[in-house]
Amino acid sequence: MALFDLRLQDVHSKLNNKELTVSDLVDASYRRIADTDQAVKAFLTLNEENARRQADDLDKQLQEGGERGLLFGLPAGVKDNIVTEGLLTTCASQFLSNYNPIYDATTVSKLKSAQSITIGKLNMDEFAMGGSNENSSYYPTRNPWNTEYVPGGSSGGSAASVAAGQVYFSLGSDTGGSIRQPAAYCGIVGLKPTYGLVSRFGLVAFASSLDQIGPLTKNVEDSAYVLQAIAGYDEKDSTSANVNIPDYTSALTGDVKGLRIGVPKEYLGEGIDPKVKEAVMQSLKTFESMGATWEEVSLPHTEYAIATYYLLASSEASSNLARFDGVRYGVRADNPDNLIDLYRKSRSQGFGPEVKRRIMLGTYALSSGYYDAYYLKAQKVRTLIKQDFDNVFNQYDIIIGPTAPTTAFKIGEQVGDPLTMYLNDICTIPVSLAGIPAISVPCGTADGMPIGLQIIGKAFDESTVLRAAHAFEQQTEFHKLRPQLG
Amino acid sequence: MSEATQYETVVGLEVHVELHTNSKIFCGCSTAFGAPANTHTCPVCLGHPGVLPVLNKQAVEYAMKAAMALNCEIADISKFDRKNYFYPDSPKAYQISQFDQPIGENGWIDIEVNGETKRIGITRLHLEEDAGKLTHVDGGFASLVDFNRVGTPLVEIVSEPDIRTPEEAKAYLEKLKAIMLYCDVSDVKMEEGSLRCDANISLRPYGQEKLGTRAELKNMNSFRGVQRGLEYEQIRQAEILNDGGVVVQETRRWDDAQGKTFSMRGKEESHDYRYFPDPDLVRLNISQEWKDRVRASIPELPDARKARYTSEFGLPSYDAEVITSSKKLADFFEESLSYTKDAKAVSNWIMGDLLGYLNANSLELSEVKITGQGLGEMIGLLEKGTISSKIAKTVFKSMLETGKLPQQIVEEQGLVQISDEGALVAVVDQIIQANPQSVEDFKAGKDKAIGFLVGQIMKETKGKANPALVNKLLLERLKA
Amino acid sequence: MSITIKDVEHVANLARLELTNEEKEQFTGQLNAILKYAEKLDSLNTDNVEPTSHVLPITNVMREDVTRESLPIEKVLLNAPDEEDGQIKVPAVLE
Repeated sequence: MALFDLRLQDVHSKLNNKELTVSDLVDASYRRIADTDQAVKAFLTLNEENARRQADDLDKQLQEGGERGLLFGLPAGVKDNIVTEGLLTTCASQFLSNYNPIYDATTVSKLKSAQSITIGKLNMDEFAMGGSNENSSYYPTRNPWNTEYVPGGSSGGSAASVAAGQVYFSLGSDTGGSIRQPAAYCGIVGLKPTYGLVSRFGLVAFASSLDQIGPLTKNVEDSAYVLQAIAGYDEKDSTSANVNIPDYTSALTGDVKGLRIGVPKEYLGEGIDPKVKEAVMQSLKTFESMGATWEEVSLPHTEYAIATYYLLASSEASSNLARFDGVRYGVRADNPDNLIDLYRKSRSQGFGPEVKRRIMLGTYALSSGYYDAYYLKAQKVRTLIKQDFDNVFNQYDIIIGPTAPTTAFKIGEQVGDPLTMYLNDICTIPVSLAGIPAISVPCGTADGMPIGLQIIGKAFDESTVLRAAHAFEQQTEFHKLRPQLG
Repeated sequence: MSEATQYETVVGLEVHVELHTNSKIFCGCSTAFGAPANTHTCPVCLGHPGVLPVLNKQAVEYAMKAAMALNCEIADISKFDRKNYFYPDSPKAYQISQFDQPIGENGWIDIEVNGETKRIGITRLHLEEDAGKLTHVDGGFASLVDFNRVGTPLVEIVSEPDIRTPEEAKAYLEKLKAIMLYCDVSDVKMEEGSLRCDANISLRPYGQEKLGTRAELKNMNSFRGVQRGLEYEQIRQAEILNDGGVVVQETRRWDDAQGKTFSMRGKEESHDYRYFPDPDLVRLNISQEWKDRVRASIPELPDARKARYTSEFGLPSYDAEVITSSKKLADFFEESLSYTKDAKAVSNWIMGDLLGYLNANSLELSEVKITGQGLGEMIGLLEKGTISSKIAKTVFKSMLETGKLPQQIVEEQGLVQISDEGALVAVVDQIIQANPQSVEDFKAGKDKAIGFLVGQIMKETKGKANPALVNKLLLERLKA
Repeated sequence: MSITIKDVEHVANLARLELTNEEKEQFTGQLNAILKYAEKLDSLNTDNVEPTSHVLPITNVMREDVTRESLPIEKVLLNAPDEEDGQIKVPAVLE
């Protein structure tokens, strides 16, 4: 069994018993990266010197004893839109190719207090805009299951590095499915928490009203541990929720008897790959066998979600990305004629096509005369979409469906048709608009590529989502499948 | 001005007032003025990737307080919006401001011009963040940016187009400044930029309802500058209209040294600020309880004080207006009244000696040491006859410079009035002997001669002789 | 409502993007397609629907007026593309 396939408690007991050191874990991480990242391209920046020094410190602490963090010694990857002081943070954009952050994101500080070790920064679609990692301005990350295929996105590097066994876990960010969809494509577990559960401070904003940081792990238990470490109120984030954080691992009872599951017909209709649908139906049978019940439900406004999402997210993005102007940081264009020229050249040279497209869309949607027709209208439809979920949750504990309508596609297959690419997000976007938690867990394969099952819960009811996902995992072997690499 | 008189001038003012919170509106950096460039900055106010704003409660309460003092209705629900535009002094390339749900709306203030009271409407008061400061270098080919001021909380106060003359504009600003000082929400120092004013001005023929095309004036750095800029613009626009021309809607910069306004080119592009609610901030629900609490913290405002001074103390309207125009001065006045009952005397000393001294030396009240207690006690000493009014002048000057109480000054300098007959008789006799001509003049019916003799006695006693007693003793002897 | 190249140029100017002719044409087509797709929202009656700008019912999040230490100047200027006298340097504002 590979080192990173051990359960968290097992890693910690091996550390206690001196069968293992933190340096061994960090070694294993960098060795695996050396062996596989030529093919996978999950990392943009490595933090090797610091990580090794930190490993030595932790090994010393191990000798001396004393209180240890929840994620003690575990090698972690961090998506490159989460700022890390002193460690290059590029958002996979040329614009930030030289950006050296002057502070740590709250989640990064929390990882530090939990004593995990940041191995490096992970590739992504530029500024988290995309669902395939093909929009990275450096190089596309490849799917460890088949390097001809995309790993999904935008947290493609985060998913691929966990799937490839390069790190123990990673952090990603999810705006419209950017944790769940790559987790599904790479056969791992990806959790998007309730909006407001995890601080956004230090997450480079794409769409502020939707963005959430969450864990990508090999199994549900690890997901619960990492969530435990990063969740919680942050006075630096005004949209952070001041709620009590339960003990997530204690929710993992394996018992789902009596759990009422709603299955939206809209998620299993036209456009869904029959093999994906079959895997979801099989999964529902598994839940039935454990004493849960399921019924078909309707989320009638699902068909409006993608249009709503692209208007809202692009509008917010057009404003959020305005600060990348070449004045205080980032790459300033050479020899501008004047200030306006500096702005135009720096931004045009620094941003890739998808980023420009969304800035254009968002700027247009907010420009005078169109605000009511686009942005305000989309906010109202968002209310209707959220109400759809509220209605279902009046009668059901969780909602289950596919994470994505298909398995991973081939690199280059969908480039050039943004609208089709956007439609891949039909099952994840409504959940983001409603701000509720959802997890993607492996539930099968089709032609050798993993399929993800999405389990959606009520706001701040991560415990039920994790309990259901964990119970399912106990009954299946899909999460134990590993890609053949190198 | 003859050309302007054919037209009615219509002015609306947009005033930005910096609130004197300790920390910035959305981060913990200090708002103190005058620090070395960029030393009051952090990732939040520098607009680094990933940062988020957290609203300063004190800024909200100051804005509420200011809005209440301007008789605004306070919103039940307020929110913050992003105003998007690129400029190097705006680190996020948007300013967090308030678009359609400002803190306060529909207020007014009364101003007094030429003895008449006029009400000027206040359209709205909203809360927003200040921008940084640019300095031009390299012969104007480059600018340096200092972000210290970024994020200082501001209220923008927009008046209705109710102002009709440059004098009214100045009176409006003075009143606004007084109210802000009374509320203690701002230092209101135009020279430090804590109060800034833009003006919209247009002309129309008398009787016409429709407003003329307006120009927006910027860069006026004093109240006097606002008045002068408007006066210049009145004439400029009238000349254009008289020549059959059309006033262009544009932004114009006031050049104080040249005394002219100039069109600001290069800002022609359409202002499309793409306002939308800032998703990083949450709504403000302003409860009645919260409003009541803030309202209770507002002190008596200048208009109310003025009314009280005229009715309660019988001060002339003009004196009351002058004294209440500054909270510090009004507080000084009231402090004096804790030590003497004679309000009129206090007012006279303030209007005459105190303001005269401050004006002559270009000083603020806070820059001299005299206290209200000092003035009140000095008037008490005068009433008791301990000092003469002549000595009082000396004592007053000494209080301005040292801040000592009058009793101490009188004792230290031996300024107590000589009211002892025995002590004075000798001096009176000596002066009578030394001035036989004056004595004769008096006896010949020239009453004025006594004034000379009194003067001589005062001189001899270094002003300390009790004037009433001197008169009495002189007359006794001269008529004998 | 169809977007023209002129609209794209106007929006690019607002967004401070410099587009090639090829990009302008591409974006005109793509934005039209996306906005046409978004027209489906028009079929929903939202007259009595409140907009959702936040999914959470959070209000009045504020901090006390307490100052915190600012950054040392080295950090402020760490990423500056151009600086002089402790300040960020940019070309003149006016054209």
